[in-house]
Amino acid sequence: MTGANGFSVSGYGPERAGWTRILSRDSLARRLDWPILLAATALSLLGSLLVYSATRNRTELNQGDPYFFLLRHLMNLGIGIALMIGTIWLGHRALRNAVPILYGLSVLLALVVLTPLGATINGQRNWLVIGGFSLQPAEFLKVTIILGMAMLLATRVDAGDKPFPDHRTVFQSLCLAAVPILILLLMPDLGSVLAMVAIILGVLLASGASNRWVFGLLITGVIGCVAIWQLHILDEYQINRFAAFANPDLDPAGVGYNTNQARIAIGSGGLTGAGLFHGSQTTGQFVPEQQTDFVFTVAGEELGFVGAGLIILLLGVVLWRACRIARDSTELYGTTVAAGIVAWFAFQAFENIGMTLGIMPVTGLPLPFVSYGGSSMFAVWVAIGLLQSIKVQRPMSA
Amino acid sequence: MTNIPETGRTPRVQIRLVVIQILVLSLLGTLGGRLWYLQIREGAEYQKEASGNHVQQVVDPAVRGDILDARGVPLADNETRLVVSASRTDLLKQSDGGKAVLAKLAGVLGMKPADVMQKVRLCDAKTPQPCWNGSPYQPIPITDEATAKQALQIRERSEDFPGVTAEPEAVRRYPGPGKSNSAQVLGYLSPVTDSEIQKAKDTDSPYLRSDMVGRSGLERQYDKVLRGKAGVTRYEVDNLGRVIGKAKSDAAESGSNLVTSIDSRVQRVAEYELDKAMKIARQQYDKITGENYKADSGAVVVMEAKTGRIVAMASAPTYDPNVWVGGISAKDYKALTGKDSDYPLLNRAIQGQAAPGSTFKVVSTAAAVQAGYPWDGGYPCTSSYSVGGQVFKNFEGESFGAISLGRALEVSCDTVFYGLADKEWKRDGGINPKKGEPKDWFFKTAHQFGLGKETGVDLPNEVTGRVPDREWKQAYWKANKNAWCKSGKKDGTYVEKIAYENCLEGNKMREGDEINYSIGQGDTLVTPIQEAVIYGAVANGGTKYQPTIGKAIISADGRTVTPIKPKKTGKLPVSQATLKGMNDAFAGVITRGTAAWKFGGWPQDKIALHGKTGTAEVYGKQTTSWLATYSKDYTVIMTIAQAGTGSGASGEAVRNIYSALYGVQGDGSVDKKKALLPEPQKGLPKVRTDGTIVNPKVTGDPAKDVEASQKDNTTNGDDQQDPATTPPPTTGNRDTRRKPRKRGSRRMPA
Repeated sequence: MTGANGFSVSGYGPERAGWTRILSRDSLARRLDWPILLAATALSLLGSLLVYSATRNRTELNQGDPYFFLLRHLMNLGIGIALMIGTIWLGHRALRNAVPILYGLSVLLALVVLTPLGATINGQRNWLVIGGFSLQPAEFLKVTIILGMAMLLATRVDAGDKPFPDHRTVFQSLCLAAVPILILLLMPDLGSVLAMVAIILGVLLASGASNRWVFGLLITGVIGCVAIWQLHILDEYQINRFAAFANPDLDPAGVGYNTNQARIAIGSGGLTGAGLFHGSQTTGQFVPEQQTDFVFTVAGEELGFVGAGLIILLLGVVLWRACRIARDSTELYGTTVAAGIVAWFAFQAFENIGMTLGIMPVTGLPLPFVSYGGSSMFAVWVAIGLLQSIKVQRPMSA
Repeated sequence: MTNIPETGRTPRVQIRLVVIQILVLSLLGTLGGRLWYLQIREGAEYQKEASGNHVQQVVDPAVRGDILDARGVPLADNETRLVVSASRTDLLKQSDGGKAVLAKLAGVLGMKPADVMQKVRLCDAKTPQPCWNGSPYQPIPITDEATAKQALQIRERSEDFPGVTAEPEAVRRYPGPGKSNSAQVLGYLSPVTDSEIQKAKDTDSPYLRSDMVGRSGLERQYDKVLRGKAGVTRYEVDNLGRVIGKAKSDAAESGSNLVTSIDSRVQRVAEYELDKAMKIARQQYDKITGENYKADSGAVVVMEAKTGRIVAMASAPTYDPNVWVGGISAKDYKALTGKDSDYPLLNRAIQGQAAPGSTFKVVSTAAAVQAGYPWDGGYPCTSSYSVGGQVFKNFEGESFGAISLGRALEVSCDTVFYGLADKEWKRDGGINPKKGEPKDWFFKTAHQFGLGKETGVDLPNEVTGRVPDREWKQAYWKANKNAWCKSGKKDGTYVEKIAYENCLEGNKMREGDEINYSIGQGDTLVTPIQEAVIYGAVANGGTKYQPTIGKAIISADGRTVTPIKPKKTGKLPVSQATLKGMNDAFAGVITRGTAAWKFGGWPQDKIALHGKTGTAEVYGKQTTSWLATYSKDYTVIMTIAQAGTGSGASGEAVRNIYSALYGVQGDGSVDKKKALLPEPQKGLPKVRTDGTIVNPKVTGDPAKDVEASQKDNTTNGDDQQDPATTPPPTTGNRDTRRKPRKRGSRRMPA
């Protein structure tokens, strides 16, 4: 690896000079997955507009500066892109070696959240506030769990020892995932737990692990849910809160209110929306958490079906390309990581948009790229970096 | 390159990746579909909801227009009062549902806690008045008579009175100028109900939650113009109700003022005289029933004969319209509407109907002329008229020989009309008329005179009265024959016999029916306002007018004046010659006929009066008295139920009303200065540039002034024992009063 420009990878094609080198057929720039990069950038920039629209009037949040959230969002995006570049530069294989450290670090951070150092926001103790910056370790856990599980599951397969991961490896990888899930349950951060489960399923599926594991996991999940419901482990109000997405009357002052207002905001958008910064629901701040979890409602109201549909379409581009990358990777490690990212993004996008549309329960999950929030932004851009790395390093196995 | 297996591409992994890909795409497809459903298919619905979400209305209520009399004196206006209201929503937030707050409030206001609770409960099928029938989200007025001190107490200790406000508000007031009342004419207001709001939502005059709505009388008839349009400013607000922009603003438009043709002074005289006449009647002994007259209800209509404009309209028993202001109390409401009440809310001038008695002969006379009987033909006025074993007696068995129709009208000879009606009945084919229409002149004429349908006076819920013609008999028989045939017995009691007869042939026009009908007895029903139209038409040369009380609508700024023009509804079916004959006959009634004993000393040469008395029988009750009169310009109709004869019960009262109008003094002289309205009010009150209406002050009591001026009148006054210049007939008067009919009334007891 020559660090000359940070983009070229040594041992691949003849070295050329200047911009011709960048444009050359084998250059890193040419090999990057541009659709995914452009779609992710577009989503983030669109997100900055929506975040600005949702927060410019919220004086109690933006400390009197209407651009506060806009600038922070753009700054987060900048850091995120830098993280992506760093990730590409390091390469997912190099990161593989660092997985134990990353895993240990992120689990440690998550544990700190449970100590008095953690902060409770919106009833969930899943924040870590350090020197004016607040972090959500859950977001980093998603990345490290993907990397960690992929490493465990793929090492022996990639080494050519076995065609598929054996039961022991699968068990080990599940144990690896169980630790952060337990921590998340203690917070409790139900949304992240669900995202984790989706990630585990995605990783296991892509790793080629025995069907028994996949179905076993699914059946365990279903039985668990039924048990919780039937054994009245949760109070009725908790179940009502969960079910309020379908029937807002179950929790009219809480989740039902969010659901209702979100639905009104999106529904009132119509085909082309009220116009950016002209949504009455948004301006009137009827939808809580509109810059983060409910950012999609801003798009729905102000940009209408066209704008909101564009967001879904761009997410589709990201996911579609990520799937291609997973399928095109020549080593299981890359495939598994990419598939984990696909599962993560897909679940989180579906859950987030689905809850604003009233077809999924309300949980605190951000919409990748679009929602305001540093941790999420950093994590998803690291994930983009991983995807790019998998793509550009594909022929490495040759 | 080939020795290293491409582990990521094992078929199992590849297949699973495709599965993941399909799953991901279908999830995104689901989102897209749902988005389309919400935004495109249901979009309009959510848009509506969103606008309801963020728009708050601030209502600036319109000031309700005044109702003024013909000279501009306010009969209904507004005053500012301190209104204490309670918000149910806030009260219900209290742990005890606001009981403690209301009890405390009752203490401050000096009311009973129970009364306060009753005022804030919501009306439903099981909850009697008082209760709140407006919107539950609107502050409910507890009292509008709070003193400044009470209001201050409430406001200063607002933390003790959550949801209670004390604010000055414009409140409807019925000032009753010159002690007049006009309760039934003016009507009353009550809060708008939810269903009314829903109903009027998409009309050009939607209601607001805070609106008061006219429920009867002029307040209801002219509700739309009086109400005006409340100003509504729509603010866009955020989720905490903070204003973030002004969406739309409509300024309040005050309601227009309604100028009526009522003269509050004449109104007062009419009300006072009606009340007095009823009180006097109650002291009179009724020989037939053997007890004093009950005189339980009555009405007076004073109408301009040449326009149909109502100058005064009184109904008794009456009530104080101000009881409605600020919400009615349980006791008051019961007194007005309860079973034991005498239903003072009814405007008996348009909602009271009774058999017209001899005042109906104006119709019968016209019918006879239409049927071809000459005016001056000699019609036998015998003491009785027999038909098939039935004897229809003339009043007190008198006989006048062969007389003209005019004379028959003047002396109110029943047998002349019996004979004419009987002849017509036979001509029409008797009990079983041939196919082809019977001419039915007597019934046809009644319809042509406007009976059996509303006059169209500008007051709500006027009743039609009834012409008991063949169609009605058929319909009535159909509705009742089952009951009649069940209870009727050939040899049973009187009631059972009647039922038996009715069962057999109640659908047919029997000979006795038509004979009875010809003198206004039996099933005929008329309202005072119908009589006013008829006698007004006789007075003005034959034109029927739709009676009106509203005279003009003047916008709040005074710039737009919309006159309400008199409307002709047709001509009486009589020639001018017949009218002249009638006029002479009716003048004779005053000078030498049945009403003469009450109009002695009247300056007939200066102010010619005409009249017709009537006494109608009501099964099981005392007789209804009618006095229909007219001068050149005015028609005055008075009726009192269960009060004996027309002239006896109402003679003085009607005379005093004319005296008040024309300024006739007790000695028969005419003092134009004291005349309240020697000629009908022509113009409208003057309007100042700021839109207010010039009105003269009414001081004192016009009725007492009139009474004082009549002191010298020997035939008039409170004291009935004054010797009369024209002695009253031995029993009441020479009227149409007959001995109780042998066959009795065809009407069944109610």
